[in-house]
Amino acid sequence: MKPRNKRIIFVLIALLGVGGASAMIGKAMKGNMNYLYPPEDVLTGKVPKGQVFRLGGLVKKGSLQRSKTSMEARFVVTDNRGNEITVVTNKILPDLFQEGKSQVSRGKMNDEGLFVAEEVLAKHDSEYMPKELKEVLAKEHSAPANKTTKMGDK
Amino acid sequence: MKINWFKYAAPMNFYSLAGKMIPFFWIAAVVFTAIGLYIGFFKTPDAIDNGMKQYYRIIFVHVAASWMAMWLYGVMVFWALIGVIFNTRISYMLASATSITGTLMTIIALISGAIWGKTSWGTWWDWDPKLTTFLILLFVYIGYIALQSAIEDTRRSDKASALLALVGLAIVPVIYYAVNCPDPNQCASLHQESSLKRIEPNILTAMLVTTLGFWMYSFATILMRTKNIILQRERKTNWVANLPEVIAGGKK
Repeated sequence: MKPRNKRIIFVLIALLGVGGASAMIGKAMKGNMNYLYPPEDVLTGKVPKGQVFRLGGLVKKGSLQRSKTSMEARFVVTDNRGNEITVVTNKILPDLFQEGKSQVSRGKMNDEGLFVAEEVLAKHDSEYMPKELKEVLAKEHSAPANKTTKMGDK
Repeated sequence: MKINWFKYAAPMNFYSLAGKMIPFFWIAAVVFTAIGLYIGFFKTPDAIDNGMKQYYRIIFVHVAASWMAMWLYGVMVFWALIGVIFNTRISYMLASATSITGTLMTIIALISGAIWGKTSWGTWWDWDPKLTTFLILLFVYIGYIALQSAIEDTRRSDKASALLALVGLAIVPVIYYAVNCPDPNQCASLHQESSLKRIEPNILTAMLVTTLGFWMYSFATILMRTKNIILQRERKTNWVANLPEVIAGGKK
């Protein structure tokens, strides 16, 4: 066998190996790296008590309350399936933070069952359309597509 | 017509070919980037339905740079592997030249992402799967450059860094699948999914044209850098000594 062909085979085997490694990293990340927990996992006790974690979910419509005397804000994070957790924070809420939209907050549960957030982040989707265009498209496809919603998305 | 590709594997021939191509890539880079950004800044809506205001327009730089960072990594590995298989010095030089532009694009993507993240999400940085894997890509690029410059003998540094580039390739698909896995509940993140499906046509056009401009810029800078690497590595040869620009430089 010519040395060049040997090297081609070496490169192909190496590429296969790298592909395999890549697939395994991807798999491991899904299994072990819990970036955020939905309210359901918190309520069923999957998150150890006293641990700092990220809570992901939608801000329940009409749940946002701001204190008149301090920075404190309260809102309810829901998964739209009835699992709800109240978040308390005295941090600035981001520009995109809105009721009915996704958020990711970092903090821990206190003894009263409230989630005390050290940081509240707004999450958005990958739909870049002005309101008018979205309404036009919605009319065209009046039958709502049964889209799988991503956890944390609206 | 049969083109003898190996003719341009000779550094001397590649040097003159690259010299002829560079101006065209520069012109194309400026034209496409200018058109892309013009459409992006003036022909797109001022606000998006998800609540983002004008600041979403950083997307044209952010997405183009992020794509380039990942694609250029593939380009770099491609040339490194061609070098491994055919033992062509010019391929290694191209890989080495690509690594710098790739690193630059990764840094632009991270910085523009941080600025966008601060305004929309509310934070400069978060250890989200996509952001974390993208940071690893930067480290892999830096590792490649460091390894290449750490070994003096270019034949050995080329081969060693080519293998490092190949191993580092494993991270590139992970960046994509970190937020785009089939079961969305398994890859929760702060960063949105990568999807071009529901996007206003002008925003999409601006994004694609800017990306094309970034490709042209990458080609131009990679070829310029390759020319410099050729001069450096072949400085003892006669053809370099007889180049008009070298003679002119020597007289100063």
